[in-house]
Amino acid sequence: MSHDLPDRPAPTRRGFLQSAGAATGALTLGAAAPAVHPAPSPPGATAPQAPTAKTARPIALTVNGARHDLLVEPRVTLLDALREHAGLMGTKKGCDRGQCGACTVLVDGRRINSCLALAVMQDGRAITTIEGLGRPEALHPMQAAFIEHDAFQCGYCTPGQICSAVALVEEARAGQASAVTEDLRRPVALDEAEIRERMSGNLCRCGAYPHIVQAVRVVARIAPAA
Amino acid sequence: MDNIAYERPASVDEALRLAAQPGSAFIGGGTNLVDLMKGGVARPLRLIDISRLPGREIAQRPDGGLRIGAGMANSDTAQHPLVRERYPLLSRALLSGASPQLRNMATVGGNLMQRTRCPYFYDPGFGACNKREPGSGCAARGGFNRSHAILGTSEACIATHPSDMCVALAALRATVRVRGPQGERSIALADFHRLPGRTPERDTQLAPDELILSVDLPPSRFARHHAYLKVRDRASYAFALVSVAAALDMRDGSVADAALALGGVAHKPWRVPAAEQALVGAPLSDERIAAAGRLLLDGARGMGHNDFKIELARRAIARALADARDRGAAASTA
Repeated sequence: MSHDLPDRPAPTRRGFLQSAGAATGALTLGAAAPAVHPAPSPPGATAPQAPTAKTARPIALTVNGARHDLLVEPRVTLLDALREHAGLMGTKKGCDRGQCGACTVLVDGRRINSCLALAVMQDGRAITTIEGLGRPEALHPMQAAFIEHDAFQCGYCTPGQICSAVALVEEARAGQASAVTEDLRRPVALDEAEIRERMSGNLCRCGAYPHIVQAVRVVARIAPAA
Repeated sequence: MDNIAYERPASVDEALRLAAQPGSAFIGGGTNLVDLMKGGVARPLRLIDISRLPGREIAQRPDGGLRIGAGMANSDTAQHPLVRERYPLLSRALLSGASPQLRNMATVGGNLMQRTRCPYFYDPGFGACNKREPGSGCAARGGFNRSHAILGTSEACIATHPSDMCVALAALRATVRVRGPQGERSIALADFHRLPGRTPERDTQLAPDELILSVDLPPSRFARHHAYLKVRDRASYAFALVSVAAALDMRDGSVADAALALGGVAHKPWRVPAAEQALVGAPLSDERIAAAGRLLLDGARGMGHNDFKIELARRAIARALADARDRGAAASTA
């Protein structure tokens, strides 16, 4: 009977996914591991195939400050590398075709759609995912603002929304213009129209947009000038 | 997605050598190609990663123009001080395309090479698409063709070119500098993309073994009076139903030169020099605007669902030209 089991922490969804990821994430290598192709030989193969440019390649990503040595086939996207190889489930797969923004991460500080980025092409780059922005006990101001302003409902698009919003504040601080900026020669003020345009790459099927805009406005206003 | 070979050449010469092998495709940002590969529309055997080659900078040319490296991200191009100052029409066109994330990835060269978003091309579930499968027919002609072309169509294809950037570049009379096994050549942007004719599988004049090096802009005459008007089904992050790139060189209240091109209406950015000439030599009047619109839309023909685009384009041209005139005027008095 279950009540006879010894005491142990209750399983959590996140913990289960992480342990499952660890069990199947055989392609995560230590720094000293040999760069050999670990894929099993096809049935009936008598000799190992010579490595070709098609086989998995070793790459090094710095994800949230930690180095990850991965072995990835050229077709693997950064999104899948983060989720399936590095075991970081915070970045979400929505449309997987660059139309929703749920997979938004920062590469060398710039926001991109990780579903359309090939992992091999990111070799050597620094990736920031939602896990790297803050910790539960020390949230990033944008994470705190999303909670405070109730800027999500189901939460699936939220990691992408927050990564995107963090980049938005930095871009505006650097003086970048948008399609709704009236005068390209003048500094930009982040009003509601600017925030809506600049967040347009992140869809929210729950329709939390008004609260998302509010959260971004608050953080943009308090963010210190460069 | 099929598995693929991957090469990361260290030089343009090495990239060109690799491209000589059949089944090769250059990849820069990947925003269009990876999407097409996921959908089974593009099936390259080998990707040649050109994202780390030289060519990711903007330089002033001796003649006062600008050379934009093909590897420049769309976002960096739009935000570059020289582009914002001298070619604001290009900044605005770039900023109206895609999303901030995609603009950070997509390159100038890739934007030139992006393929149509015709839904029948994009979905191999549809058997008939001459662009995807030459000789198979065109499902869009008798299908849902609300987003399709009204100008320069053929029996074989009614697809549109989806780029905003290219519409501004056509109006600004840019040229595309490319290199192949025979060396370098320059192609006027207005000639770079093809009309579909009987071979809609070919989007551009670029040969398979050629690589785009840069986009070159002539000295700017249109830094002030400009407008990029994009009409679409939602406020942002959508392709154009109709777009207009308009810019005017105003001297003493009279139009000394005009730049005008349409997007979303043809297999290529649609520019008719005679329409620009119709605006030159007099103040911008309603009569002149109407004349330019007639010349630009000469021969326009709807396919059924997209009939509305003809009237929409006529009105968008008029509004964009008036906006271009007024925007510059406001800036000069500020």
